Amino acid sequence: MKISSIALNTFREAIRDRILYSILAFALFLIGASAIVASLSIGQEGRIVKDLGLASCSLFGTFIAIFLGIGLVFKEIERRTIYTIIAKPIHRFQFLLGKYIGLVLTLLVTVGVMALLVAGLAWATEGHWTSGLLGAAALDFLALMIVTAVALLFSTFSTPTLSAIFTLAIFVIGCLSGDLKLFADQFAEPGLRLIINGMYMILPDLSRFQTGAQIVNAMPVAPLEIAWTVMYGLAYILMLLLLAIGIFQRRDFK
Amino acid sequence: MEPVIKIEGLCKDFRVGFWRRRTRVLHSLDLTVHRGEVFGYLGPNGAGKTTTLKLLTGLILPTAGTVRLLGLDLTQVAAKGQIGFLPENPYFYDYLTGREFLDFCGQLFGLRASDRRERVGRLLRLTELEEAADRQLRKYSKGMVQRLGLAQALVNDPSLVILDEPMSGLDPLGRKTMRDIILKLKTEGRTIFFSSHILPDVEVLCDRVGILVAGRLRDVGRLDQILKTELESIELTLQRVSPDLSATLLGLAQAPILDQPDGVLIRLPDEQRLDLALRAAVAAGARVVSVMPQHVTLEAHFLREVQGAAL
Repeated sequence: MKISSIALNTFREAIRDRILYSILAFALFLIGASAIVASLSIGQEGRIVKDLGLASCSLFGTFIAIFLGIGLVFKEIERRTIYTIIAKPIHRFQFLLGKYIGLVLTLLVTVGVMALLVAGLAWATEGHWTSGLLGAAALDFLALMIVTAVALLFSTFSTPTLSAIFTLAIFVIGCLSGDLKLFADQFAEPGLRLIINGMYMILPDLSRFQTGAQIVNAMPVAPLEIAWTVMYGLAYILMLLLLAIGIFQRRDFK
Repeated sequence: MEPVIKIEGLCKDFRVGFWRRRTRVLHSLDLTVHRGEVFGYLGPNGAGKTTTLKLLTGLILPTAGTVRLLGLDLTQVAAKGQIGFLPENPYFYDYLTGREFLDFCGQLFGLRASDRRERVGRLLRLTELEEAADRQLRKYSKGMVQRLGLAQALVNDPSLVILDEPMSGLDPLGRKTMRDIILKLKTEGRTIFFSSHILPDVEVLCDRVGILVAGRLRDVGRLDQILKTELESIELTLQRVSPDLSATLLGLAQAPILDQPDGVLIRLPDEQRLDLALRAAVAAGARVVSVMPQHVTLEAHFLREVQGAAL
């Protein structure tokens, strides 16, 4: 009850922020523009709409996740809104989980609108639904949930600027970590391989969630692999949230 | 009387500076506040008032010592169920309306929707915010935010209300409204613990005060006792004062004799000197207009405590 109240309040506060609408409008405009770009190609219209559309969803989704996530707790402390909330009979973990769920809800709505526009444009271009397109967007959404949890973790102890830098760095490394591991396994010397594998274990592997290319090119996607990816994503989010709660639980609000 | 707040040996250290050096900002605080009391927590800037209030509401964690609120240890979340807290210079969510924010606060106390509706309506009336209830908070003035802060502190119908500088930054009208509401809460039997810089308001509202200086509690007591027991001077006004009497009185007075429209005013330090002055005046044929004992004001007492600590 209390977590859902905080989540809904966070969602309501975020959804009324005009900056979010500006980002969303820009993203929708770009997705719409992809249809114009696609019309310049011959025979590849549908593929370009889906490729550019899914990439826009991912890019702007990440942008919103980082932009809102880094301020999630810091802003509450800086503006002292947290004083009135923590003084009420709620556990600190309830506050943190509520904030996280509220932001994920906000992301769900914004990315959902973008993904529906992409699917609609693809349908208008090709004349039929592309199976798995929304599924690919959903899997990518799970990656956004990880980015949000990373941003939330940094937000519990760092300033927005540093949190943004750290989160962005982890996002970029996370997108490349699959390739890095492949490189380490094939070429690197044993010591370096150990370091890269160690990093791979700690940092999120966001490349696992990028199935857009397979869907767009109508390549087969193994259901078991998807299931593992979903479980990996959920476990990673859980770990990040537990870490964030551990830090937040002992924090003084000076 | 049943203690509503019981603080024992409360200490708080903060780490400051580049080397994160440990600095003690609150030194072994012992304090008890009883049911139905209005307790004024006074002290200069940086004395540790807000730190104490944050410790009472669980915003910061104590380095040592215990806090019991309404018989419950502060570490129990249930202890906060009976508390209302207004932080200093409160700030709330920009994009929520006043009504939505109060409703949200009610939800955090686990109140049912019907109870919330009734209470939110009542509190909006009490704090004179009915007209602005459906306006977003970013459009509220400072006084309105402060009143909304008080409303959210009362949404759970608390037995203990903790207010951090409730008069800070308010205009005289806003201060009066706040004062009236605090007095109303007092008549309803609630315990009120508040910090303030505005001493005349404290004099009007408080049953007891505590003066905190540099993280140490210097004085705690009933306001009437603190102020009555300390006689600052006695002002004697006389008419028909001869030059000889004037010279005698000057020897007894603690300040130069002042000529006033209704006679001369002599400020005497204590009752023994008053006796001597009165005898001399009667013997010299002077007329006694008035004898006025001057008690110490809270402000003078406060300044003495603060300056005493600094010496």
